[in-house]
Amino acid sequence: MSTSTIHDIGYRHYEGRRSGRGYVLRSLYVHNLRAAWGLGRPARAKVMPFLLAAIMLLPAAGSVAAFAFTGEEEALIPYSSYAVTLSVIISIFLATQAPVLASREIRFQVVPLYFSRPVGHLDFVLAKLGALATAAFALTAVPVSVLYFGGLVAKAPDSSQHLLDYLAGLVGCGLFALVLSAIAMPVAAFTPRRGLGVAAVIAVFMISTTVVAIVQEIAEARTNFTLQGWAGLFAPFNLVDIVQVRLLGAESSSAGVPSGTAAGLIALAICAALVAGSVAVLYRRFRKAGLS
Amino acid sequence: MNATIAMITFRAMLGRRRALLLLLLPVLLLVLAAALRLSDFNDLDTSAQVMQRFALATLLPLLALIAGTGVIGPEIDDGQIMYVLTKPIPRPVVVVTKYAVAVVLVTLFAVVPTLIAGLLLTGTTAGMASAFTVGVLVGGIAYSAVFVALAVLSRNAVTIGLLYALVWEALLGNFAPGAKSASIQQWALSVTDALTPASVIDSTVDLAVAGPLLAAVTVAGVLLASYRLRSLTVASAE
Repeated sequence: MSTSTIHDIGYRHYEGRRSGRGYVLRSLYVHNLRAAWGLGRPARAKVMPFLLAAIMLLPAAGSVAAFAFTGEEEALIPYSSYAVTLSVIISIFLATQAPVLASREIRFQVVPLYFSRPVGHLDFVLAKLGALATAAFALTAVPVSVLYFGGLVAKAPDSSQHLLDYLAGLVGCGLFALVLSAIAMPVAAFTPRRGLGVAAVIAVFMISTTVVAIVQEIAEARTNFTLQGWAGLFAPFNLVDIVQVRLLGAESSSAGVPSGTAAGLIALAICAALVAGSVAVLYRRFRKAGLS
Repeated sequence: MNATIAMITFRAMLGRRRALLLLLLPVLLLVLAAALRLSDFNDLDTSAQVMQRFALATLLPLLALIAGTGVIGPEIDDGQIMYVLTKPIPRPVVVVTKYAVAVVLVTLFAVVPTLIAGLLLTGTTAGMASAFTVGVLVGGIAYSAVFVALAVLSRNAVTIGLLYALVWEALLGNFAPGAKSASIQQWALSVTDALTPASVIDSTVDLAVAGPLLAAVTVAGVLLASYRLRSLTVASAE
């Protein structure tokens, strides 16, 4: 008695070990991380990410060189303010690379091909977001590490304090990467047209930063320092900087920061909400794109 | 100028949700201007700052970038430009038409909102609103020409445009005064400066230099784009 169906035409079944969900997640993550840096793609795709990474490294290298020659500690850029100082470069990196991860598959309508395999929607989205965040983290963490190890080699005084600052700076870089990617990915996923996604992401970053800067300046001129501080919650770079200053003990590098640890906790909660909201939006977006 | 190409380009730029992005940026400027007006923060100093930093230095380059690269970049990327290039239309006509569409879009979404925001903020004081409107207009004309040329020259046009507008003009301008003088933004500001007696607006470039430079950049951009479009290699998408 055979219970076979019409599909079973007698080929041997696969009975070996299946790699499982972790393997799927890891493969997608590695693939997207490579794509974010243009690895495994033509040279044309590598130019921009590596050019931007080189620009990111320049101030760190210059700062270490200046410190080595003059021995003045002010020449070293503080670790926590590195990402804020170079926010424009980080914005451009995310604006060019977020569409590579988020909108290319939607544009060419190949998302259903992923989901015809045992790939969960949530895994797919988490892998993409994680890959972009990791790429952005590398972009900022490498120059910060150059600063730290350069300072170490050039014998900067007070090395234990430097180590603490460096570790706090790395945590800050991670938070920057996570929050900025969480903002960039959904925007890119909803603007699949080539070129438009880049402009949309950069518009979100630049416009929010400019509006907040103008509001903060006006508030400062009117000596309304409470408003000046809290306005920072509405621009991504200021938001993470508030967390850095209030929870990680960094020195303030943006215009105004609200006082008290509570402000840092609120900013951290907003960061968490942004990431969670981003995952939810991306989940719905790719589920819809996977149906067609 | 070719009416059909212009119509297709307009449809590609404004179709479906794309117009939303173009509309969102000027609406923010107007909201900010209205909020400042209502809360009575619209003294001449603040207004000039807002107009210069938001309208001229952020909104204008972003919109010119979207419009300038958007009118021709995507078509070159996905190969649709072939359907235009294989028709008996001179390539300069194609470029000039696309460029004109970009200028119209910049006028609609950057120049007109600048005028409205200026009137909201300053009324007719010191001719500020009209001065900024003219400044944004001439800046938009030059930016669009540069970005159309970039879109024909490179696949990475948007990123290169961003590097120019945000890194060269904004970031380097703070450290190297030379870089500051060689920027469309400063030239547009110099036009604004010449048109208003208000002393809060101060440009580093003289109008006698800025005017010819703006014209030269515009003409060079359009000519370069037409020249490069004469022999375009259409590769497969990505």
